Amino acid sequence: MQEPLFGSVDEVAERLAGAGYLASTAVATTVFLADRLGKPLLVEGPAGVGKTELARALAAATGSELVRLQCYEGIDEARALYEWNHAKQLLRITAGRDEGWEQARDEVFSEEFLLPRPLLKAIRNPDPTVLLIDETDKADVEVEGLLLEVLGDFQVTVPELGTITAQRRPFVLLTSNATRELSEALKRRCLFLHLDFPSPELERDIVTLKVPGLDARLADSVIRVVGALRTMELRKAPSIAETVDWARTLLALGADTLDEQVVETSLGVILKYQSDHRKAADELRLDTLLS
Amino acid sequence: MTGSALPERLVEFVGSLRDHGIPVGPGETVDAAAAVAALGLADREQLRAALAATVLRRSGQRATFDALFDLYFPVAVGAAGAAADQPRDATELRDALVAALAAGDEDRLRALAAAAVEQFGRYGSFGEGGSGGGGANGMRGWSAYQALDRVRPEALLNRVLAAIRTDESAFGEAIARTEARSRITRYREAVQAEARRRTAELRGRDRIARYAVPPQTDLVGFTTASRAQLAELRRTIQPLSRKLATRLASRRRRARRGQIDLRRTLRRSLATGGVPMRPALRDRRPGRPELVLLCDMSGSVAGFAQFTLLLVQALSDQFSKIRSFAFVELTDEITGLIAAGSADPEGLARRILTQAKLTRWGMSSDYGGSLASFADGWPDAVGPRTSVLILGDGRTNGGDPNLDAVRRIAERAKHVHWLNPEARTSWGTGDSAALEYARVVPMHECRNLRQLTRLVTELLPG
Repeated sequence: MQEPLFGSVDEVAERLAGAGYLASTAVATTVFLADRLGKPLLVEGPAGVGKTELARALAAATGSELVRLQCYEGIDEARALYEWNHAKQLLRITAGRDEGWEQARDEVFSEEFLLPRPLLKAIRNPDPTVLLIDETDKADVEVEGLLLEVLGDFQVTVPELGTITAQRRPFVLLTSNATRELSEALKRRCLFLHLDFPSPELERDIVTLKVPGLDARLADSVIRVVGALRTMELRKAPSIAETVDWARTLLALGADTLDEQVVETSLGVILKYQSDHRKAADELRLDTLLS
Repeated sequence: MTGSALPERLVEFVGSLRDHGIPVGPGETVDAAAAVAALGLADREQLRAALAATVLRRSGQRATFDALFDLYFPVAVGAAGAAADQPRDATELRDALVAALAAGDEDRLRALAAAAVEQFGRYGSFGEGGSGGGGANGMRGWSAYQALDRVRPEALLNRVLAAIRTDESAFGEAIARTEARSRITRYREAVQAEARRRTAELRGRDRIARYAVPPQTDLVGFTTASRAQLAELRRTIQPLSRKLATRLASRRRRARRGQIDLRRTLRRSLATGGVPMRPALRDRRPGRPELVLLCDMSGSVAGFAQFTLLLVQALSDQFSKIRSFAFVELTDEITGLIAAGSADPEGLARRILTQAKLTRWGMSSDYGGSLASFADGWPDAVGPRTSVLILGDGRTNGGDPNLDAVRRIAERAKHVHWLNPEARTSWGTGDSAALEYARVVPMHECRNLRQLTRLVTELLPG
């Protein structure tokens, strides 16, 4: 077992805050446990609540290298694990035309021609690594099988080279928007964290941190309006990322208080659907101003 | 909690989670114990997060988990809160509540919830000392209903608004109103949780856990769901339709690759002296799945109908080729209404009933007439590439089930599936023609979200 990264839950929160990520108790606790128990951490939740951001902050806070595997439909072993640099191999073969088969074969399948992809890279890295497997739900089921193998033993077998075992276990973070149910087997190997919208206090702190120069009273109003919007049944409730965007917009607009006019003109920043826009305007009585 | 009591408590807790449909294996229990060992028991919120991280696997389980966690790892034993600032009667309590609601002070709200339960929630024969140590006979416990009935938090809305009010704008007012409402809801939940906790102390955790903790949303029956549960279901339906869409899309995409077109490959190989350097792949035949939905909108399946409408609506966002029909006594196409009604899912059912021609006389369903009018009225809606979903309980009110019409639809369609919101055991009882229909087309019990999810992901053809 290698040295744990963090000494206590509070330390996790502190160091993440130092990296610009304000973590709730749940987040800090789960990160601490993932580190202590040596398990991958599966983070699920709506878009824009800071799943990917958490990985970035973790890397920054622990001085690790961030290796990112972005999943998408059709991603395969060659993209996730490793592939051979065929072009270079061909060049090598053409360059040494008169050598024997044996020699050429040994040369061509060597370290020099291996292109490590994120998973292999994370495993071989002797330095501390945070491995982010982003949007795992977008990948096909077969990739999950591959992940199971890699994350279970932290080793990869390249037939021509042999088995490569992790010298240092990376801190693994998987994210998912839950568009597809991940396999039970994968979930069982992970700690599960459902990241949701933060409490108003935490969100205010995040906004003030990300948008310096925002008036405290304006920040308060922003959080209140966003909170009210989240209680409505919208197709896409505003997330932290959108709150921050909105705060930036307001700052750029030079608004110092939040009134109907300002909200009306800038609502598009936080609401992405026409129907949501109409509904919110309706419930917030933005029309009274115009009538 | 002593060292030996903890594993026992943990096992009890896990057992209770299982009873509520959250599958927790022994491996997870061991993880949970390891997590507790790494963290210690000092911080309750950390303990909650640790257990959630180790035993939960999906987000819909959280509400049930929280309710059970509060039962098995309670904040306090006996009456909670300091006695000093306890309000003495209902008036004082309501005044304090107004202040706490206006300030949004969560801790104070919880303390006041405890106070309300302590003062007004008691029922049954407690000893005269009031501490619950008296006679153990008879039914006694703590009632959230009774406490809330005395406090009436909803009636405080205007007072809270008056306390919050800072500016006179309609906009500020609307914001304050939504805030106050959600705080009142949280207060209600706090009272309910507190009453559960106190009752559990009296009558044993297991019993209370079994009866008083509501099931997970995906196990709530469509026809019996309350308003709040329907709203919750509505939130879960969106990802489900997206899930379905990605599923169908990926299947179609997979079908595209592979398949070498031999003729074209040979033709191409002529350019390279007969060596097939560039294999030509067969072009994809765009086989877009077509979906036709036939929904029973009669009174008896109102909850289910509401819900299927939401599903239909969610699906029509994701696909271009979906036609929806509703029926009570007659069938009418509602595709346009659904497309237009995306802003207001709640009013959709009402508008369908008023704008589409579904009835002749009453509100009771006539399957025979409806199916016949569908088969005759829209012969072009169902073709060899169409999947038809019929949603209804198959209760014909004694009328002719018209199996022939279903047979005709099934002959023309690629697949027909019938989703029935009734329990399998009551199919064929009374006026239900479900079993007769089930002989013609495959029929599936679909009473809650979990069953629907399974159906959607396993049955619907790509």
